[in-house]
Formats: sequence, structure tokens, C-alpha cells
Amino acid sequence: MASIDIKNLKKAYGTFSVLHGIDLLIKDGEFIVLVGPSGCGKSTLLRMIAGLEDVSEGEIQIDGLRVNERHPKDRDIAMVFQSYALYPHMTVAENMSYSLRLRRAAKETTARAVSAASQKLGLDPFLERRPKALSGGQRQRVAMGRAIVRQPKAFLFDEPLSNLDARLREQMRAEIKKMHADLKATSIYVTHDQIEAMTLADRIVAMHGGVVQQVGSPLELYDRPANLFVAGFIGSPGMNFLEGRAEDGGLRLRDGSLVVLGALSKDLKGQEVTVGVRPEHVVLHHEGEGMSARVDLIEPTGFGIIVHLQLNGLPIKVFTLDRSALSCGPNIGVTLPAEHLHLFDAQGIRQGA
Amino acid sequence: MRSSLLPTVAHRLAIFAYIIFALFPLFWLLKVSVTPNDLLYSEGVRLWPSQTTFEHYADVLRHSAFPTFFKNSVIVSGSTAIVVTICASLSGYALSRFSFRTKYWIIALMLLTQMFPLVMLVAPIFKILSPLGLTNSLTGLVIVYSAFNVPFATFLMQSFFDGIPKDLEEAAMIDGATRFVAFRQIILPLTLPGIAATLGFVFTAAWSELLFALMLINGNDAATFPVGLLTFVSKFSVDFGQMMAAGILALIPAGFFFLLIQRYLVQGLTAGAVKG
Repeated sequence: MASIDIKNLKKAYGTFSVLHGIDLLIKDGEFIVLVGPSGCGKSTLLRMIAGLEDVSEGEIQIDGLRVNERHPKDRDIAMVFQSYALYPHMTVAENMSYSLRLRRAAKETTARAVSAASQKLGLDPFLERRPKALSGGQRQRVAMGRAIVRQPKAFLFDEPLSNLDARLREQMRAEIKKMHADLKATSIYVTHDQIEAMTLADRIVAMHGGVVQQVGSPLELYDRPANLFVAGFIGSPGMNFLEGRAEDGGLRLRDGSLVVLGALSKDLKGQEVTVGVRPEHVVLHHEGEGMSARVDLIEPTGFGIIVHLQLNGLPIKVFTLDRSALSCGPNIGVTLPAEHLHLFDAQGIRQGA
Repeated sequence: MRSSLLPTVAHRLAIFAYIIFALFPLFWLLKVSVTPNDLLYSEGVRLWPSQTTFEHYADVLRHSAFPTFFKNSVIVSGSTAIVVTICASLSGYALSRFSFRTKYWIIALMLLTQMFPLVMLVAPIFKILSPLGLTNSLTGLVIVYSAFNVPFATFLMQSFFDGIPKDLEEAAMIDGATRFVAFRQIILPLTLPGIAATLGFVFTAAWSELLFALMLINGNDAATFPVGLLTFVSKFSVDFGQMMAAGILALIPAGFFFLLIQRYLVQGLTAGAVKG
């Protein structure tokens, strides 16, 4: 196991810049999730750590050693691909033992490593099968087995669950977490799915446009997003945003109406701000209490209910566990509690605690 | 379902008509090769002669230089197929996986070589090969055939490599393989259908090539069988029976070759590699 230190890492294809200077220290045994929308550079960053992409500028260190110029085979890392990338002409056992056979490990060592991994992943009945005779989940397990067998310094995951259906994804997510608890292996996991990021990570690295937006524990990112991007990306259904001018007693929207909020910071008075509030923090009342809002749409999810509202013409989503919301009238009262408001300045940077 | 009967019948009939059209010359080849000489012109047009004979085959094998032609053709076609396939695998892989500055020009150049009518090139090639002592030799033929077949075979192999996900060799390289080991142990086994197709394509192209064989070779020692077939045409007569018998014999190795590789031609080896 090893730490990975990334210093001012940049990547450009010709004049097109993809990563604009990434700094990140990954501690030994840590589970890091790189999350962001498509094209944010997270996969490129992972592939650079693996050695599959050249480094344009900056440095990658694994265990204190610079690896920029090292070939993937000399970095001693394992990677699980989104496509699984199993060798179709080899059996499951051969797939898992390939790295050890390349290293000319002793036959008994190889056999022991393969059987230990296959046992852990429940692959014993399939060892002699070819990948094409396996289901998606089983292929995914083989890909993980191939990574475990060699006991690498670090595991890299490139959207490993994206090709699975929802049920299986949930199950494999738990297995990956269990595996990490077992092996305590330094892991870097790329995903665009913020649920995977929240559930798996010790720390999340939120990326956008080739820049790291925030690094922190899942709850840190959820409770105190550093900027508008993180606030909007983490959480489902997503955070509600209200844009306007901060005034005493609330927020003056573009159309001139006032949204009653608790105390906004005095420093911001008169400035353009964005107020964010998570759907589960919006409080619903009977009509007449709080601000009046029009009900647009009600989506029952079984677990809870998502209510789409129009508040002074702005769309607001509310998540509630209260089933009486199902039968609410065309209008409803809402309040946005002051303690749950997120405040961002005109540049989208978080203000206050 | 009654409504779909007519299209099905029409479809089958169309295929049947095509097969008849495609195979009839072969049938005629066989028919003439077993027709005794005295019946060839006396019986008129019949689908099958009233009497059959294998004497043409015996004559071809015993009293002509055909065995030599045959041996030469096997050597030339086999060598060409192997040389071209090796070159095309390497260059096709390079075109498929690497980006380098001259890539565009190399592709353009290779396309350019395919544009000239071969007849135009006979004289210059003869002029080049003659001082090197490569006319009238099988080596010369192999070189010329290889040169003409590599570009097309490269494009063919490139398309097969393009069909194999890049993830596979990246996974192999992370597993500890060099790029060449990944190529040899992971990519090549998956390209066997492509290699078989390329081998087959080049083999048959070289096997039936007449123009250069005729121009670069004189005398029977280094002649390939398409040239040899012309020896059955003499000044005053054409020995159709023996010519057809030789033709049938020449089909055998090509047919056998395809029998060997057909398993790879139809097999989709990449199934199961990645999510399909």
C-alpha cells in the first residue's frame, strides 16, 4: 500500500488544456472518489496516475517516488475498467492470474492468490469459464479479482459500476466498500454518480472543468459546499438556488418580489447573491402560513415525496417524508429555515460558515 | 404466416439463382475436364457428357510440367501470404493505436500505390529487378506480390485492430506487460479471424496472379500455374480437357486453405471482452 502525491499536475492535448494544475495528497489506505460531470478531467487524472496518459506538466509520486516517466507495468497499481476489459480468450482463472504469470510468480503462489480472491468474490464455480459465459456482475467481480490477486500499491477504479443495472450496482457498491475495509488498500475511484461518491469515499474530490472544486469528507461536501458547482452537484434531488439582491429580512428577486429569509450576513447587504437550500430542508405548511407557493407537480418515490413548487415564479423542489403532502391543494405555504441556508456571492463562492 | 411466404420464396429463389450463376463456370470446368477429347466437339452442348474419363488428369500430372508450376505457386503464394500478413499486422496495429506526425502521409502514400493500373508498372519493375537478378526467380515474384498486397492488407488488419477495445491492452499493460507482450499475448489471439482473412485474401491474390508472373518469368522452371495454364494453348489448338483438369487441380489447395481458416473467419473471438 502506498500514498500518492500529485503536484501541480497539468494535461493538455496540443493547445487544448484538460487539467489546469491539480494538487492532491492521497494518504496510505485512503479511499478517494473523483467525482464530476462528463469531461471534467477525472478520468484523465486517473489514467495519468495509471501511466496510460503522459503528464504534460507537474509530478505524480507513488510512495514518495516520482513515476512520471515510468511505464504502467512498473508502477505496481491495479485498475478496474468500466468495460471490465477481461481477456476474452482466457478463462476466469487465467484472467486473474495473468499479472502474476507475467511476473513469473511461483505456481503455488499464483494458485493460492487466485483461489483466495475467487473465494472472497464468490467466483469459485466460474474459474474455468470464459468471460463471455458470465453475467455483467460476474464479469465485474472477475475484473476486481484480477486487481486483488496481485496486491498492488493502489487500486484505480474507472467508473466500474456504470454498466450494471441499478440493483446490481447497489450490491457491488457495498462489496467494494467491504473489500476496501478488508484490504485497507489505497483506492482512487472515478464516478459521475454522486451517490457512489457519498457512500464509498473517505474523501471526495469534486472536479469541474479540469479544476478541483473541493476536497473533503462526503458530509463536509454535503453540508458545506465550497461553491455553487459543488452545491448543485452533490445531493439528489439537487439543491434549490435563488438568485437576487441581499436585503434586510430577505432576498430581493430579479422580478422585484421579496423572499422572506432569516438573517443574511450583514456584509452582503446590497450585493448580488445566490441562496441555496436543500429540498429536504424546505419546510411545508398549510396554505396561509409562511410564503405562499404554487404546487406544480408531485412525485411520490415510495420512500418520500418530491414536491415541485413555484415560489415567486422560481422553481423549488421539496423533499418530504410527510405523506399528507400527496393530497395538498394547488397552493401551499413554505419557509426556508435560516440555519439551513447556503449563501454564495456573485462569483459563486461560499460565504459564512 | 401466409403473408410472409411470398417474400421468403422470392428471397430463396434469388439466392438460388445467384448460386447457380456463381458456380456454373466451376461446373463447366469440371464437365469439360472429364469429357473425352473425341466427345468434346461432337456431342454439342450438353450438361454432362455421355462418357467420362480421368485421362486428362493423368496426362496433366504425368506428362506436363504442371507439378512444377504447382510447387512454384505454393511457394510463392504461401511466402507472400506470410510475409504480407506479418508486415500488415505490425503496420495495421501502428495505424490503429498510435498517432504520429507522418501517419496521414503514410496512409495517403499507401492509398496512392493502389491507384495505378499494374500494367503501367510492369516495365519499371522489370527494369529494377533485372539487374538484381530477381527476374525469372520465385523470390522476385514474392517481393513484387508482397509490395502490392501490403497496403491493402494493412488497411484490412487496421480495421480488425480498431474493432478490439483499447482497454484490453491497457489492462494488460497495467497487469505488467510491455506493449509488445500485450500485443502478442492479448491482441494477436483476438485478431486471429482478421489474420485468417488477410492470409486467405493475399494467398488467393498471389495464387491467381498472371500479369507479373507472365512478364517476369520465362521458361518453365520458375513458372507459376496461371502461366502454366497458358502452355496448354498451342499455336494451332487449345487442349481444353487438360487445361480444365489443371484448373480443377489448382483449385484444390485454395479450397483446402480456406477450409483450414474458415473456423477463424466466422468466429467472433472478442465476444465477452467488454460489455456488449
